[in-house]
Amino acid sequence: MSIPVQQQGTPATATARAASPETRPTTRRRRSPALRGHRSAYGMVAPAVVLLLLFLVVPVALAFGLSFTNARLISPEPPRFVGGDNFVRAFTADPVFLRSVLNTALFAVVVVPVQAGLGLVLALLVNQRLRGVTAYRVIFFIPVVTSIVVVSILWKFMYQQDGLVNSAIDTLTFGAWQGTAWLNNTATALPAIIVLSIWQAVGFHMIIWLSGLQTIPEELYEAARMDGATPRQQFTNVTWPGLRPTMVFILVTITIAALGLFVQIDVMTQGGPVNSTTTLVYHAVRRGYREQQVGYGAAISLIFFVLVLAVALVQRRLTRDKD
Amino acid sequence: MANAAAPPRGRSARRTPATAPATGPRTTRAWRSYALMTVLAVFFLFPLVFMFVSSLKPDAQILSDVDSPRAFLPVGDISLQNYADVFDRVPVGRFLLNSVVVTVLIVGLGLVVNSMAGFALSRMEFRGRKVLLTVIIATLIVPFETIAVPMVYWVSKLPTLVFEGFVLKYDFGWLNTYQVQVVPFVANAFSIFLFTQYFSTIPKSLDEAARIDGAGWFTIYRRIVAPLAGPAFATVAILTFLPAWNSYLWPLMTVQKEELRPVMVGMQYFFQLNTAWGEVMAYTSLITLPVLLVFLVFQRAFVSSIAASGVKG
Amino acid sequence: MKRTSLASIVAIAAASATALTACGQAGQSEGSSGDGPAQITLWTHSAGNPAELAVYEQIIDDFNASQDDYEVVEESFPQGAYNDAIVAAAASGDLPCLLDMDGPIVPNWAWAGYIQPLGISSEITDALLPTAVGEWDGEIYSAGYWDAALSLFARQSVLEANGIRIPTVDSPWTIEEFDAALVTLKAAGYETPLDIGAEDTGEWWPYAYSPMLQSAGGDLIDREDYQSADGVLNGPEAVAFFTWFQSAFERGLTSNGGTVGNTEFNEDEAAISYTGVWNAKDSLTAAGDDLLILPPPDFGQGPKIGGGSWQWGISSSCDQVEGARAYLEHSFDTEYVTAFSDGQVVIPATEEAEAASQDFAEGAPLRPFVDLTQFAVLRPPTPAYAVISSTFERAAKDIMAGADIQSTLDQAVADIDADIQANDGYGS
Repeated sequence: MSIPVQQQGTPATATARAASPETRPTTRRRRSPALRGHRSAYGMVAPAVVLLLLFLVVPVALAFGLSFTNARLISPEPPRFVGGDNFVRAFTADPVFLRSVLNTALFAVVVVPVQAGLGLVLALLVNQRLRGVTAYRVIFFIPVVTSIVVVSILWKFMYQQDGLVNSAIDTLTFGAWQGTAWLNNTATALPAIIVLSIWQAVGFHMIIWLSGLQTIPEELYEAARMDGATPRQQFTNVTWPGLRPTMVFILVTITIAALGLFVQIDVMTQGGPVNSTTTLVYHAVRRGYREQQVGYGAAISLIFFVLVLAVALVQRRLTRDKD
Repeated sequence: MANAAAPPRGRSARRTPATAPATGPRTTRAWRSYALMTVLAVFFLFPLVFMFVSSLKPDAQILSDVDSPRAFLPVGDISLQNYADVFDRVPVGRFLLNSVVVTVLIVGLGLVVNSMAGFALSRMEFRGRKVLLTVIIATLIVPFETIAVPMVYWVSKLPTLVFEGFVLKYDFGWLNTYQVQVVPFVANAFSIFLFTQYFSTIPKSLDEAARIDGAGWFTIYRRIVAPLAGPAFATVAILTFLPAWNSYLWPLMTVQKEELRPVMVGMQYFFQLNTAWGEVMAYTSLITLPVLLVFLVFQRAFVSSIAASGVKG
Repeated sequence: MKRTSLASIVAIAAASATALTACGQAGQSEGSSGDGPAQITLWTHSAGNPAELAVYEQIIDDFNASQDDYEVVEESFPQGAYNDAIVAAAASGDLPCLLDMDGPIVPNWAWAGYIQPLGISSEITDALLPTAVGEWDGEIYSAGYWDAALSLFARQSVLEANGIRIPTVDSPWTIEEFDAALVTLKAAGYETPLDIGAEDTGEWWPYAYSPMLQSAGGDLIDREDYQSADGVLNGPEAVAFFTWFQSAFERGLTSNGGTVGNTEFNEDEAAISYTGVWNAKDSLTAAGDDLLILPPPDFGQGPKIGGGSWQWGISSSCDQVEGARAYLEHSFDTEYVTAFSDGQVVIPATEEAEAASQDFAEGAPLRPFVDLTQFAVLRPPTPAYAVISSTFERAAKDIMAGADIQSTLDQAVADIDADIQANDGYGS
């Protein structure tokens, strides 16, 4: 997530560095425009910063504090400080937690590349100069605007043994292949949720890819065609390099969304069968809210934050090294 | 948004769809594209067709049609009875109104607050800028569900002003209000990030010129940079519209009065001891429709403004 | 987009929000100012259920009209979201005076100090079905107008055609008989002979299946002192029950497909369904005189069904306790208890209402449910129940999906016991 900061921060810092040796020791005059900007800048970020402090930082800090206590949602006893007990419990006495880490990772590892790739394919398709292409653009985006709760209910219906998915498979393969009750089977439940999740969100990333595609200057294509480049060569030499900033952005957003998987699980499987679909956020909510162990739930959330942050840092390193 | 990170588009005199080679729509390549897109369209549309068609059928028929193509066809016992039942069971109008109010406020205030922050973070030099931006972006990793419980506790303690009769009074607790559904979601790290990205692609020389003319920073934001950032505003509007319209867990936990509930909470009215599937389908059709309309309106602004800014820049 | 239009949209929305809030607030602040009647807020789980709401509105109107001291104001929530809503309200100290709760959470709330001893006339509570009264630590904290009951639905013609004995309350099916009957029915062409309701989620699981566990000799927790589930939830009796449970799914005698409700039975796709009294009317329409309402199978300790439905309590923060009690005493009138039973198709909690009810009076078609209430057992009255319920649901679902029975139950016991220890035994 910090990649883009780096990216767009680089020119600014470069300018600052180049400017500072001469500006700082010399006259106040040269500094004053920036200083005058100071106060307005603070004024302009203030509303957002105050709101984020109140409604994000404070609750996170509360969660942080709770994670070292045995606080309960409903209890006559005041919370007691228990040190790192909750964290020890997560890693040693709660196999469902470990399974949640695994499932969350699995989900992200599949969803991130597939959704990004499919989104790009869709974007390339609807970026063509063809009549009626806007209609397809809208159709591909429709699942995104539909509530994920609604979508999850619909797909749960369709994934049943005698549901739509299986009758479609039956028809398409002329009965040669029998479907299963997708969400009941430990081997297919998570893949089924992956399919649904990609289906729901891919239109969103198509739009982002599309906006990236449209920033690539047409002259570059003209030049490539003049050099006799095939469509494939045009893609690898013009389109793909031009999409790099978009790609970084898309990877970041999909990764964050994938790691926070919750609603689909809550509606469709409640983590089952046999924990094959439980995820970190789902587990944190289940322990912290449904089972009322607020302190322990907060500890799981905290571990989750640390893991996501680690993933983000690794991602940043990987994408930066290629530069 | 992402295109924001791309170089300013001043170089491109005109913008045309990039990957389309100069081929007419009648070539085999075009037909292949149509075929592929149509197959994909079916894949993306069928659950929604199912939803809408089912909303016209009685429960028993929805269930018996599920394993045949009839599921997608408005055949059999077709009526608007489910819609009538929905209006009997749920105050649909009030819920829609509440969702519209909450969503418009979140999106509208969000555009102002987050674009101002994005402007300062991308175009102004001030102490702590980089740290602030990093911290704001780091907050993206916090899924709302994980802080919902401390959050409920926290907003229930916040001070507020209330009118009692005609007297303005000081009170504690935000529960059961519109503000509890709106204010926590106005500032949005994601939106700030997008604005920051987009604004940084607009040439800084514009600011310098304006400052020489004596313009203040707010004027530069308001009159120069914001008007050039149409696509960013459209994107953020779409992005913040969706979660606001679909919010469920939060209003459920903080709003107990029926007259303040949004549409997604209304969904639960149909899951009694037995689920009224026909009514569920009718209700979801009803609440999805406004979102589709908003998207249709915005997607035009969104796509055409991308094109327009290419010309302008 | 034009900024001006955006600004005006936001302004309009903000203005209408203020106006709408004012409308919303108007109803609330009425009673608190001036010398009108004191307001008592009441929360129910009945939003979206017009039949039940109508009865509450009748009770409230009558009560408000009958005296000048109090005014009861009702706020209703959809059932599926109700527990989440009241738990959040409780955690933020925002509970109303009167609220209804699902029976098994009452001890948890009483222990936490969110609700107070009910304090209404014992004449009323003594006359109720024992499962319609919620107790904790020797005190009554809640009371309900009705109880529900589960039973096996079957068609007489189907059982007779397949040579299956029709069980009675005095001579229920043993589990071996029941299993054999299902096998026979499957062979007779029912793809999934039993609809056991496993497609449902949440509280249904302990409500429906923990009585079967008890019938087999196991339990959710050792009820001696409510300190551990060890030996009862993972003992040989529990393993025996879950072995049958798992194999019934494996052999296709039942499944977790289909939809919540009793459609499969009504359409004669399932020969037997394990379901509640609330579905009886539809099935009566579908099967007519052919419908049998049968006791659940005996797993060894006699048949058992779940007891304890929605009940009313008074919150500790209530500042109009007298009024709240007066309202509750008023509401237990036979007329209302009967109206709930007639509108909701649930078993009335008093004998008078039972005699007056259209469905449950002597000789009425749903009378067999009244006979089944003798088998009713309560889910364990302990503050640990929230964890027990969630843990049991997960374990049972895992076993249904084929997980190893003993180790799944051992982990469930470990989870429950860890929670009890973390809470210092819940003060007992």
